[in-house]
Amino acid sequence: MKRREFLTVPAAALGGTLLYTLAGEPFRLQAQNGTVKVPLRFFTADEARVVTAACERIFPSDATGPGATEAGVVIFIDRQLAGPYGRDKYRYTKGPWVQSVPEHGYQGKENPQETYRQGIKDLGNFASFTVDEQIKKLTAIERTHFFQLLRTHTIEGMFSDPMHGGNAGLIGWQLVGYPGPQMSYRNEIDKHFGQPWRPKPASLEQVMGRPGKPWEDEKG
Amino acid sequence: MTNLKPVDIAVIGGGWTGLLMAKEITAKTSQSVAVFERGIPRQTADYAVTMDELDYNIRLRMMQNTAEETITHRHSLKDTAVPVRQHGSFHPGTGVGGAGEHWGGASFRFLPDVFKLRTHLTEKHGAAKLPEDLAVQDWAVTYDELEPLYWKSEQLMGISGKAGNLRGQKIDGGNVFEGPRQQEYPTPPLKHSYASSMFEAAVRKLGYHPYPTPAANLSESYKNPDGITRPGCAYCGHCQRYGCMIGAKAQPTNTLLPVLATRKNFTLRTGSWVRRIVHKDGRATGIQFTDASGEEFFQPAATVILASFTLNNTRLLALSKIGKPYDPAARTGTLGRNLTHQVQVATRAFFDKPLNAFMGAGELGSRISDFDGDIGLMGAEDGLLRVGMIAVSSNGDGPIGSFGAMPRGASKSNWGPEWKKAALAWKDHSASISMAGEHLAYRQNYMDLDPTYTDKFGDPLLRFTLDWTDHEFKQREFAARIQAKIAREMGAKFDEGPPTRAHYNVINYQSTHIQGGAVMGTSPENSVVNRYLQHWDVPNLFVVGASAFPQNAAPNPTLTVLALTYLSVDAMIHQYFKHPEKLI
Repeated sequence: MKRREFLTVPAAALGGTLLYTLAGEPFRLQAQNGTVKVPLRFFTADEARVVTAACERIFPSDATGPGATEAGVVIFIDRQLAGPYGRDKYRYTKGPWVQSVPEHGYQGKENPQETYRQGIKDLGNFASFTVDEQIKKLTAIERTHFFQLLRTHTIEGMFSDPMHGGNAGLIGWQLVGYPGPQMSYRNEIDKHFGQPWRPKPASLEQVMGRPGKPWEDEKG
Repeated sequence: MTNLKPVDIAVIGGGWTGLLMAKEITAKTSQSVAVFERGIPRQTADYAVTMDELDYNIRLRMMQNTAEETITHRHSLKDTAVPVRQHGSFHPGTGVGGAGEHWGGASFRFLPDVFKLRTHLTEKHGAAKLPEDLAVQDWAVTYDELEPLYWKSEQLMGISGKAGNLRGQKIDGGNVFEGPRQQEYPTPPLKHSYASSMFEAAVRKLGYHPYPTPAANLSESYKNPDGITRPGCAYCGHCQRYGCMIGAKAQPTNTLLPVLATRKNFTLRTGSWVRRIVHKDGRATGIQFTDASGEEFFQPAATVILASFTLNNTRLLALSKIGKPYDPAARTGTLGRNLTHQVQVATRAFFDKPLNAFMGAGELGSRISDFDGDIGLMGAEDGLLRVGMIAVSSNGDGPIGSFGAMPRGASKSNWGPEWKKAALAWKDHSASISMAGEHLAYRQNYMDLDPTYTDKFGDPLLRFTLDWTDHEFKQREFAARIQAKIAREMGAKFDEGPPTRAHYNVINYQSTHIQGGAVMGTSPENSVVNRYLQHWDVPNLFVVGASAFPQNAAPNPTLTVLALTYLSVDAMIHQYFKHPEKLI
């Protein structure tokens, strides 16, 4: 059994305490101190650092608001890859494997775990590149299946329910003014026409009073 | 192989059609009915913590497991098909309730001329003007015959809507182009969203006739004729691709299962994968299935009802060697012919103001049928025979799926700071104006068994041979022009270019409306089943579902599927059981 790997990150990088304005512009009230050790399910700590850096280029933290690092996108991706999705448990994986026309989508044999492992390897010492070098490197691979997965997963990690490991402190939802899975808008749907209506976000667990069952935790 | 105790009726598939058949038969006869569903059991309580966009809307947790079985696709006879390795252009369901659990709830009646399309087109254009490869044919039933059955289906689900043609009287605010209805909808329309209210105002100014999309998402609490009470919709925005937590969206589990639970002559067996219909000398003798542990069973039955999804209806007949497979080159055989999907085109409209589009219901929307069928065609449009409906729907934008919608040119890249800034600036500022169009049947679009790829048991997968033709491109181009007019009237920014003339693709979601393969007709020469969905060659086998549609109409199929199911089961109860050896 392989040694358990951890990703060590400053606590402030994962959520922290954010406020948001009615216009949906978040700002940090107060950063938390110290570091957090997050156990990894699939990545090695080195791989996690590469993925963190690449996701930060795709969805950067900048003047428009927080990005992939604060949302904990790497933790989201790590869990997706370790779960049934990463192992292609629900994809048709019988051969023969043939390349076809683009209208038939991804016909490759590699599952997401394998695609990431190779893709990260090809990025080399990415985490220590300058920002410009990182952008240049990602631009060079932006048509690859690996990059398309990475981009898609970055958006998913920004905006999926925090039970999946990303969207820490609901910062993704605060960023776009999404209130989370509320039980009812019966009295709101036909109001607020033309005006932003941004109720305070809540996670599925906060709304339901009990945790959801993320698919990545499925056994077998 | 274990032999089970015989039952009167074995039903394959526990979705809308199979369970509706079972409900009607067990209510009116003493026949024992056993339903075999290959997926898991389901009930409303299962949906309490499923409002999760990632697992349900994106990873498609409720759908069939493509690792176990999928389809293959090729564009033409000369190509080699490859597997659809993950869900894309349509989403077959699994488990009790089937696709009826995760559907949106759109519940339309088809236009009367749809049911006699071959006759209608020939009279209007002359046979010589129709494309040579056109395979459309008249249904074996008319709108007038289906009207009371449409009404039964609407009552079953409590459809929310507004009549536009009540016994011939046209009513503004409803669909004035619909066939005559005998009754107003069981419940009033759903509320408007901002987007649907803007669409309605704009199309009115343009002189069109907007109406609320008829929906199985209840606008208010409703008790159906079976005594099942369901609450009004909460507009939570988790509807299509989800099960409804409160039962406001009609699903087999909240509409049919509670009634069936009280019936002594009903059993439901989940985890039971039916692999063959066993038959001898033109009679079905039962079904063969494999349970979740891998054990094989033979279930003898006096009558077999094949009531799975369109895909598996055709596939199971082919695997069981019932009927003659269609050969598009020789133009012989009937099984698998007239495969149709639905023709779609969307215009993304961008607004100055936010839409709060996270709120919505599966089929909350405003639409026009001014171009459904050939209503809005002047005859001058070269080769364009049929178009479709145009609508704006507010079914609840999730933050993942809706992120990144922006006008063309708003960002050069689709990642990085410039893209992020533009995506945030345009978030919650856009809606799709889209067409659902009639898909005509062609000789070259069909289903058969794939020669190479197999399912988890080693049985051949179903193969699609399907591509768009010039007619579908014309439909899209025509609709896109109307949609541009509407977007302009709504004050929106949008992409002015015509839609691409691309091949059929299996990647992008279009709709889960797949029809044909075991079509109904007036003779064994042009169809697999008769008007009562009884198999021509095997009279004690009924094949129920959208597989019976000779071609698609523009609207979504579920309500018509239910109406046909009533047609079939009524004939079974009143005629077939007296003489099960004969065709009705």
